[in-house]
Amino acid sequence: MSTEGVDTSRRRFLTLATTGMGVVGGAAVVWPFLASLKPSAKAQAAGAPVTVDLSAVEPGQKLSVTWRGKAVWVVRRTPEMVASLDKVTAELTDPESKSSLQPDYVKGAGRSIKPDVLVTIGNCTHLGCIPTYRPEHPAPDIHPHWEGGFFCPCHGSKFDLAGRVYKGSPAPVNLVIPPHRFASDLSVVIGEDQA
Amino acid sequence: MAIVPNPYKTTGFLGWIDDRFPLTKLWKDHLTEYYAPKNFNFWYYFGSLALLVLVNQLITGIVLTMHYKPGAETAFDSVEYIMRDVPWGNVIRYMHSTGASAFFIVVFLHMYRGLLYGSYRKPRELIWVFGALIFLVLMAEAFCGYVLPWGNMSYWGAQVIISLFGTIPVIGPDMVIWIQGDYSPADATLNRLFSLHVIALPFVLVGLVVAHLIALHEVGSNNPDGVEIKKHKDKATGIPLDGIPFHPYYTVKDIVGVTVFLMVFCAIIFWAPDGGGYFLEKPNFTPASAINTPPHITPAWYFGSFYAILRATPPLLGSALPGVIAMFGAVLVIFFVPWLDRSPVKSIRYKGPLFKIALALFTLAFIALSYYGMQPPSATGTLISRIGMAVYFLFFFLMPVYTKMDSYKTEPERVTHEAH
Amino acid sequence: MKLTKVLASGLIALASLGVGGSAVASGGESHPYFAVDTANLAGLQRGARDFMAYCSGCHSLKYLRYNRMAADLGIPEASLKAKLMFASDKPSDVIVSAMPATAIDWLGAQPPDLSLTARSRGADWVADYLQSFYLDPSRPLGVNNTVLPGASMPHVLWELQGWQAKVEHHEGAAGEGHGAKPFELVQAGKLSPEEYKKFVGDLTNFLVYAAEPGREHRKAVGWKVLAFLSVFLVLAYMLKKEYWKDVH
Repeated sequence: MSTEGVDTSRRRFLTLATTGMGVVGGAAVVWPFLASLKPSAKAQAAGAPVTVDLSAVEPGQKLSVTWRGKAVWVVRRTPEMVASLDKVTAELTDPESKSSLQPDYVKGAGRSIKPDVLVTIGNCTHLGCIPTYRPEHPAPDIHPHWEGGFFCPCHGSKFDLAGRVYKGSPAPVNLVIPPHRFASDLSVVIGEDQA
Repeated sequence: MAIVPNPYKTTGFLGWIDDRFPLTKLWKDHLTEYYAPKNFNFWYYFGSLALLVLVNQLITGIVLTMHYKPGAETAFDSVEYIMRDVPWGNVIRYMHSTGASAFFIVVFLHMYRGLLYGSYRKPRELIWVFGALIFLVLMAEAFCGYVLPWGNMSYWGAQVIISLFGTIPVIGPDMVIWIQGDYSPADATLNRLFSLHVIALPFVLVGLVVAHLIALHEVGSNNPDGVEIKKHKDKATGIPLDGIPFHPYYTVKDIVGVTVFLMVFCAIIFWAPDGGGYFLEKPNFTPASAINTPPHITPAWYFGSFYAILRATPPLLGSALPGVIAMFGAVLVIFFVPWLDRSPVKSIRYKGPLFKIALALFTLAFIALSYYGMQPPSATGTLISRIGMAVYFLFFFLMPVYTKMDSYKTEPERVTHEAH
Repeated sequence: MKLTKVLASGLIALASLGVGGSAVASGGESHPYFAVDTANLAGLQRGARDFMAYCSGCHSLKYLRYNRMAADLGIPEASLKAKLMFASDKPSDVIVSAMPATAIDWLGAQPPDLSLTARSRGADWVADYLQSFYLDPSRPLGVNNTVLPGASMPHVLWELQGWQAKVEHHEGAAGEGHGAKPFELVQAGKLSPEEYKKFVGDLTNFLVYAAEPGREHRKAVGWKVLAFLSVFLVLAYMLKKEYWKDVH
């Protein structure tokens, strides 16, 4: 064999072209394998939106449902509870929820579509424990200015009745509000965005 | 202690690696400075293709195992889950199921190449033995995989194959129950076959493939002329005159072969994944049922020849043991080929008519056995299978005789090769 | 060029293995050949509608989800919910039958799930089965089927097809052989024989789809893959030729 008289530029071009196309083909083969690891149709079906009938929840009560493997709370706030939200503003880390996670359509101190219905994911934003519902107040064992809310037993994070975190809690931000919409006045669909 | 600098004088990151790990050495020994004969022909694609299919089976297998659920109650549903609910699951499953058949096509042709050109002859006996072991493990691997979908063919395939062990005198019946872990093929059976299929056998398989390649690269490749290229080396460089570096010459050539193979492979995956009922059998789309045997129980096509031998062997004193011995014997005899061939030359190109006739008859016998192994039992089938079986075994048993009697042409000193 | 010839012949041999295999598998049986078409969405939609109207009362498709079917067949969600689904189902549910579990008591057998029937028995079988019900007074329901003798299924589609009787062909009868029709219509249905055949075709195509919802997708991907590989083959072959100029 001999490598005399070889057209090196042609050889280099063909090598590069084949390599390039081979890399593209390889990537195209990798894609289905990676895509196969996404939630399957079964997982998506299990994570389908959940409809909650609010007529079963008394004002002042909390209902817990499961959506996509997470606890989601639905709290029907009484007018007194709604009024309490403004009283604790000074105690909160992020009262206007600027650095917290919620859909665009939940507004104001109540972080809700309708003032009387709070929908929030029930995992503490610190390390994911489930806080307990503590609507009673005052409760000096929790906080001197407690107006009702959620208290996390794991590391003592405190949240008001809109899921906003109190200053001095280990949790950095407010509770997460999942996408939800009202199908009717007394029916809320968790997992679907409001139109 | 100071590092002894690597002899390749590589620097930078590669140099750092080479001081600690023989990366450049491996690259050179097995690719850029592995000198392969320049006259490889069509038959020499199937080694690299077998490696490609092995990689395909390992990767698709890993992903399938992420979704598959072994267990008599869950397996069938989980395969349909893969086929329907997992994104791209059907394509990945077809890659694996078609890959199983492709593995055997490629390996059969690879082994046949060995027979054609005497690739098993001294000093390559161990390459052949490792290869035969690979074939044996591959058969076990394929059988275990065949059972996993737990369709009705899976179930009855397991039933038939495992009951073969029941023909062993005295311990047979207890052994069947021990293998099954139950009184019939059941949940426990499926789970242990799954374990073997995804852990034990792949480990052994990959290990044997490495041994096969190490042995090959130790002695160098044979070629269609069956002459040793190491006999004629360049005086100055010590490089075989008829050798060319595997990389780039055979890598670019194998890429062409791989692409053609992939075109056929993908055509089957995307347009005919059932392979006409031979790659995925119709009855296996019905869940396993202990009370409904499919009308025609046939093995996977690649076991057809061995199954035909099993069926064609007459029972002795009411026991099917002779058939079982014949079937396993048909695989075991392959191991001894290096010591059965007594011809003075390696390649069929220089062998005489006796070997050519013997190989032709063997080829016909193997195809006939494969065909009749998949047909329902019949008198003609049994007769042809018995003739085929006789030819199959005589090809090996008489090999020392006819290869010694046979005439032969003198091998050339150098390989014959016309530039393309 | 010898090599290319060998390669080409190998390719043809391998390809014919698949084609020949399917010919062997479908030959030797007497069923008429059914030309599967799962690319015709209108036909599949009709098949889905007819399945839900006539079959789903007893037969489930337990591996097929409503929303997958709607997406594959181009059925809008509104008509899916209004026309095809049971009111209590969610779009992501699989298609279960309305049949109570006690059906086995009065039918003698639980109606089988049909998710994979078109794959385990073949499309030819399904099309043939649906056209092979005939009057048979010896059976409890007065009806039998030549494809599945002794089937416990009543002829659900009789209103459409009408009733047919089995024709006894006598050996050696003039002009009658394999081509002779095995049935004659004794009572016409709402559909003409041609219309009924088309109806059965839609239903069969739908069951072929249901047996493998990814069927059309994989075929479409196949063209792209083969197109890519064809171009790659040209490049790879040129590269090989270029390097092998060195080898004399």
